[in-house]
Amino acid sequence: MSKIRLLVGTKKGAFVLTAGGKRKRWEVSGPHFAGWEIYHLKGSPVDPNRIYASQTSGWFGQKIQRSDDGGKTWEPVGDKFVYDGVPGTHKWYDGTQHPWEFKRVWHLEPSLTERDTVYAGAEDAALFRSVDGGQNWEELPGLRGAKGHLWQPGAGGMCLHTILQDPSTPGRMFVAISAAGTFRTDDAGKTWKPANRGLKSPYELPDPDAEVGHCVHCIALHPSRPGTLFMQKHWDVMRSDDGGEAWHEVSGNLPTDFGFPIAVHAHEPETIYVVPIKSDSEHFPLDGKLGVYRSRTGGNEWEALTKGLPQKDCYVNVLRDAMAVDSLEPCGVYFGTTGGQVYVSADAGDTWTAAVRDLPALLSVEVQTLP
Amino acid sequence: MIRVVLPAHLRTLARVQGEVQLEVAAPATLRAVLDALETNFPVLRGTIRDHVTLRRRPFVRFFACQQDLSLEPPDTPLPDAVVTGAEPFLVVGAMAGG
Repeated sequence: MSKIRLLVGTKKGAFVLTAGGKRKRWEVSGPHFAGWEIYHLKGSPVDPNRIYASQTSGWFGQKIQRSDDGGKTWEPVGDKFVYDGVPGTHKWYDGTQHPWEFKRVWHLEPSLTERDTVYAGAEDAALFRSVDGGQNWEELPGLRGAKGHLWQPGAGGMCLHTILQDPSTPGRMFVAISAAGTFRTDDAGKTWKPANRGLKSPYELPDPDAEVGHCVHCIALHPSRPGTLFMQKHWDVMRSDDGGEAWHEVSGNLPTDFGFPIAVHAHEPETIYVVPIKSDSEHFPLDGKLGVYRSRTGGNEWEALTKGLPQKDCYVNVLRDAMAVDSLEPCGVYFGTTGGQVYVSADAGDTWTAAVRDLPALLSVEVQTLP
Repeated sequence: MIRVVLPAHLRTLARVQGEVQLEVAAPATLRAVLDALETNFPVLRGTIRDHVTLRRRPFVRFFACQQDLSLEPPDTPLPDAVVTGAEPFLVVGAMAGG
């Protein structure tokens, strides 16, 4: 009998939710690290009971916690994130150059194949790697060589928030950074190149087609088809069919193409999910009606999935790392809101129920499908 | 023996309750007490001062004997009352936000 474990990061601690394969009855454990911002938790695909958590505080800085028993107990591991060499500068809000300064870890991505390897996406944007289970971290500085001096923070900070590993091409990874764009490496992180051709940002950039500077909110891929990438940009839902060489828009009939997360169905590589948000100045659903939108055609044709979601007076947001899918049949879809709800669909998005309703504001949701 | 009072979040991280007591070699300075604290509780490295520069984090303050020591140079000797253990050395998370 399968079991689902949700790893939930909030503004005031971490929570671990568990349920059986029916995904009906949820047990809640937490808050872990109460009072701290938990930007992200993620389990190792190699050893699912090994889970990492990014614990941060404006007062006391960055800690990384690791559990080796599925989130029951935690031990702090290394948290010394030092940029390689002389860190140099990036573009500041006013256009001047500004030194790189570490602020926090937004995203942790354990290796698909190595138990002790884990990647960390940082603000100010950089990618770090640990090969000893999080005890020691080294930057992969080639990323910032991809025109890093031109990267400029957006309103949410210059964060590296998405790390995708290509399961079929060793050494290939993608990262996404607000507000710099998407980048690809084919040599396990030594060298990187911008992967933003086709993105257009006429409201955000002096050159709408710039090589870097696009505010990419999230990217996703299906492991069986890693050359196809999906992107929720600041505005626009995008798609690439050549590993990020070129992108085209697939917003289609979405009521608004602003949003944060994007996810791919576990068994259908052309089925994708977004949560449309009204605009960059009004971070809540259109008309107070919360809806996930699903495309079964890889974009362009979208259907609203609202059954079980609030359809009046709902003004929450769904952040970029707060949507995930499980690998059961039918595929489960999960997302969390800034209002503290974790919504669950055990039927690929057709109907929704709340696993919990009153957590602190959610920053991230990850799901583990356990035997 | 120098007595150190930590803010609640750092007590939780260090897995201590109440005050921490530290042996600090003379001369007992701000730097020496923080070095001793981090040696005894490595998990606190990076939480009070930066890992590399060892500069105080902006929202952390130091107080003792009703004095704000936060802006004093690291090699400033601690007040005698702190060195003798009569008064604690306070690490405080600044009130900020709303």
